[in-house]
Amino acid sequence: MTDATFDAPTGAVRKLDFSGAAARARIKRRYRAETRFRSYGIFSLMLATVFLVGLISDILMRGVPAFWQHSLVLQVPVSAAEIDPAGTRDVATLRNADYAALIRTGLAAAVPGIEGRTAEKKLNGLVSSGAGDALRDLVVTNPSVIGKTVDIRALLTGDGDLYFKGVGTPIVERTVVGKATPSAVTGDIKITSSANDFALDVRNVKAELTKRASALTTEIDRLIVISDKTLAPRIESLREEVAALRARVDEAKTAEILDEKLPSTLVAINGGLVKVTSLRDTEIEGTVLVPLKTGAEAGPSAWKVVTYATPEGNRKATDYEVAFLEKLKAEGRVERNFNWQFFTSGDSREAELAGIGGSLVGTTMTLLITLGLCLPIGVMAAIYLEEFAPRNWFTSLVEVNINNLAAVPSIVFGLLGLAVFLNEFGLPRSAPLVGGLVLALLVVPTIIIASRAAIRSVPPSIKEAALGVGASKQQAVFHHVLPLAMPGIMTGTIIGMAHALGETAPLLMIGMVAFIVDVPKGFTEAATVLPVQVYLWSDLPEAAFQSKTAAAIIVLLMFLFVMNGLAIWLRKKFERRW
Amino acid sequence: MTTLYFGAALILSTLFYFAGRYRASAIAGGGVGHLHSLPGYHAALLALLVIAPALAVYAVGMPLVSYVAEQSAVSALSADGRGDALKAAVSLRDVKAVVAGQNGAKVAASSLPAVDAYRAAVLRGEMAIWLVGFGLALIAATWTLMSISPAFRARHYVERFVYAALIASAGVAVLTTFGIVLSVVGETYRFFFDPSLAGRPSVTDFLFGLEWNPQSALRADQGEIKTAFGFIPLLVGTLLITTIAISVAAPLGLYSAIYLSEYASPRVRALAKPILEVLAGIPTVVLGFFAALTVAPAIRYWGSSLGLDVASESALAAGLVMGMMIIPFVSSLSDDVINAVPQSLRDGAYALGATKSETIKQVVLPAALPGIVSAMMLAISRAIGETMIVVMAAGLAANLTVNPLAAVTTITVQMKTILVGDQEFNSAKTLAAFALGLMLFLVTLLLNLIALRIVKKYKEQYD
Repeated sequence: MTDATFDAPTGAVRKLDFSGAAARARIKRRYRAETRFRSYGIFSLMLATVFLVGLISDILMRGVPAFWQHSLVLQVPVSAAEIDPAGTRDVATLRNADYAALIRTGLAAAVPGIEGRTAEKKLNGLVSSGAGDALRDLVVTNPSVIGKTVDIRALLTGDGDLYFKGVGTPIVERTVVGKATPSAVTGDIKITSSANDFALDVRNVKAELTKRASALTTEIDRLIVISDKTLAPRIESLREEVAALRARVDEAKTAEILDEKLPSTLVAINGGLVKVTSLRDTEIEGTVLVPLKTGAEAGPSAWKVVTYATPEGNRKATDYEVAFLEKLKAEGRVERNFNWQFFTSGDSREAELAGIGGSLVGTTMTLLITLGLCLPIGVMAAIYLEEFAPRNWFTSLVEVNINNLAAVPSIVFGLLGLAVFLNEFGLPRSAPLVGGLVLALLVVPTIIIASRAAIRSVPPSIKEAALGVGASKQQAVFHHVLPLAMPGIMTGTIIGMAHALGETAPLLMIGMVAFIVDVPKGFTEAATVLPVQVYLWSDLPEAAFQSKTAAAIIVLLMFLFVMNGLAIWLRKKFERRW
Repeated sequence: MTTLYFGAALILSTLFYFAGRYRASAIAGGGVGHLHSLPGYHAALLALLVIAPALAVYAVGMPLVSYVAEQSAVSALSADGRGDALKAAVSLRDVKAVVAGQNGAKVAASSLPAVDAYRAAVLRGEMAIWLVGFGLALIAATWTLMSISPAFRARHYVERFVYAALIASAGVAVLTTFGIVLSVVGETYRFFFDPSLAGRPSVTDFLFGLEWNPQSALRADQGEIKTAFGFIPLLVGTLLITTIAISVAAPLGLYSAIYLSEYASPRVRALAKPILEVLAGIPTVVLGFFAALTVAPAIRYWGSSLGLDVASESALAAGLVMGMMIIPFVSSLSDDVINAVPQSLRDGAYALGATKSETIKQVVLPAALPGIVSAMMLAISRAIGETMIVVMAAGLAANLTVNPLAAVTTITVQMKTILVGDQEFNSAKTLAAFALGLMLFLVTLLLNLIALRIVKKYKEQYD
């Protein structure tokens, strides 16, 4: 320091402004910058949190309803003539009988008087094809029910189930003042009211049509702004449509025809239900959905107008199905139960029957293989590298490889599994054995890195003390260092297994995407795992499967949280500072 | 056979374990101090001497047996069944299925001698494995059992076994890399240079081609489908999604790391760290589901309300969600790097009157820059290799575009699309996936090596 001299020319000392207005402004600016900078950090963390909360609440909202399922309580007569005409009570005969027909009989008894193919088809379509299988199991295990009438819970199909989970329609009922006269009790009928009971509906329809016309006008304006010549014919046709709609609104005399884009209007009269197809102020024409009990004139208390506010075209359940489901619900035949089947059954093409039982078993098998391979290999490799490895080319090759493998994309491990395990070794496709092998290779670097850190954190004095009393080097490591490093190794292993549990891409490569109905029974049988099941279901278009996908994700996330929680608990409990 | 064989080996080794233990204790005569090694080591050595030969013979013998059996089956096939290599392979598969007793497997009557030959050869081979494996095991274990004496150095032998096992375990990582490189490079070589492969592209066509369409006409009535293996559209699509992801993850992850390491109170840190850890632990298939079903429709809705034409599988949706996936990764790596900057540098800046943010911006970040750059490279490599989010939320059509609102496809999506389902290992289409895998492996390897190199260099500066 003594060498340094400051040759500052006297008199040229720079005056620093610490207190003037400019300085104050500068300081203010600097503090503003400080606050701004800090708020960026808070904002980033908030955004990550919002994303996480949004993700989890979205999944929960979609998935939680799938843990419950609606079924119909039906009284099904198990007629001997139908399933076992010969009376042999032979298991093969019982297995092959047509139980779906029995379920249909039970349904027909629950909603009597349904006529016509469409109506019957819609009614029978409400119940899952699995209902017959459930009845078969009941009869085969307990043949004494033959000839009796049994109460069974028949699962609704995915769409019927969703109807009761709020994917239905608001239903509005309105009282009337006139007396109504139906022209018949079934088929296409006319109902005439003595008052202007349908005037409100006519006005509603016209209002709806006006709304539609103005929406089209907005669309026309948008297309005009784009000013693309090719759009001209489209604009023209839209204009014609608007003109037609306006004309319909202005015309007062003719009957309004209802289409599926308009809310459905129905008339509940004399215990039956009529779907309106066209209406005037005092008269409607319609199709009978549920037959009327009598064709007599009905007073204002005996009939009403019902509106399904969501247009038929915008919902899954048709008017028929809504009418049947509402009727069954009113009779107390709809039950909501916890969906245990979801955890025990395998995959299915029918959303209401599909479960994660098969993939849970597959996941368990795959992870067992992974754990059985990667834990010993990872720990032994870590021991070698930390305690025994000489400094030579092999050691540095291993180190470089471990670091690189930890960052190789997981799908590349899938390629390895496909080319080596399936094609070279001829192991079976889609098997938990191969999946476990690939995941083990994927996870080994993680476990090696975690185990090395755990072994390194054990103070050398412990090993030296063991060596000092005459232990061999291996005895010192295996008897003294390893037990102390075990909590850290277990933590790393659990985190590695959690990683393996969520891994999907490499398993797709080795064919674990097959559609597998049966729960796998061995390590070489075709199986699938939970994340792959999520992927498979997410590809299906049915709304019911989307809900199932989210439910499977909830189960997956629960497992991950439990595993990570266990790892944190282990770390907290056994963490030692030396 | 496998279960029985190893079951027998296990039982035999247990027997020898106890025999060894008993004999060593008997020789010691109550005072273990007379022995060079504890009785347990003698016992373990005997058990190993049973297991090791049995295992080795099985590992060498089984492939040999199946090879010999196949040869004898092929030679027993009728001339018609042997016809050409392809036909022989088909017949052989049927023969194997019958021998394995698979449901509904059957062969032509002319192949029945082949079935018998195969079965007989396998039986002979398995007998040989049993004899050789257990013969060797018995000889080695009995001889050692006889030579147990106070001076017998059983512990040294056992430790030598263990040491070999340790080295072998460490070698698994090397073997894995070799396996990846060999399988990927081998199939890629066939993709480019196998003369028997129809429709294979040249290396330049692949690397610089602007069109990607691995489909080929399966039936004549499908008309002319132009098969093209141009890598560029996939590369551009991958880089587009990666760019979106990084431009989300880099600022958010870096600012989170700065806030957590420089500003946050311990309580905030205790709250925020688990949030980031949970985000990091969410499986990508879940993020893909979220991207496809929630984010993509939201972006589409938002775009159409602004009058924009957004594809339903826009690169933006996949990129945004992927960015969210990488935030914890960037943040935790940057956190480590920022924490590694010595406190003395900060103190120096404070002493000069700098505010905290000025210190961070002008002192800490420049000092941490190499580490942050390497963290970004690792993040990019992860984004490029990410599969499930793009499989579920990005498109399949290889559009050569940089419009984030359009649908693009990526390397990983194409690999998955080609390889899932039935594959024929002799078609250019299947092998193309391995070429893509090689590109992916090389790109990520390069990024990782650069990142590691930077980190290593940077570490030396302050340590």
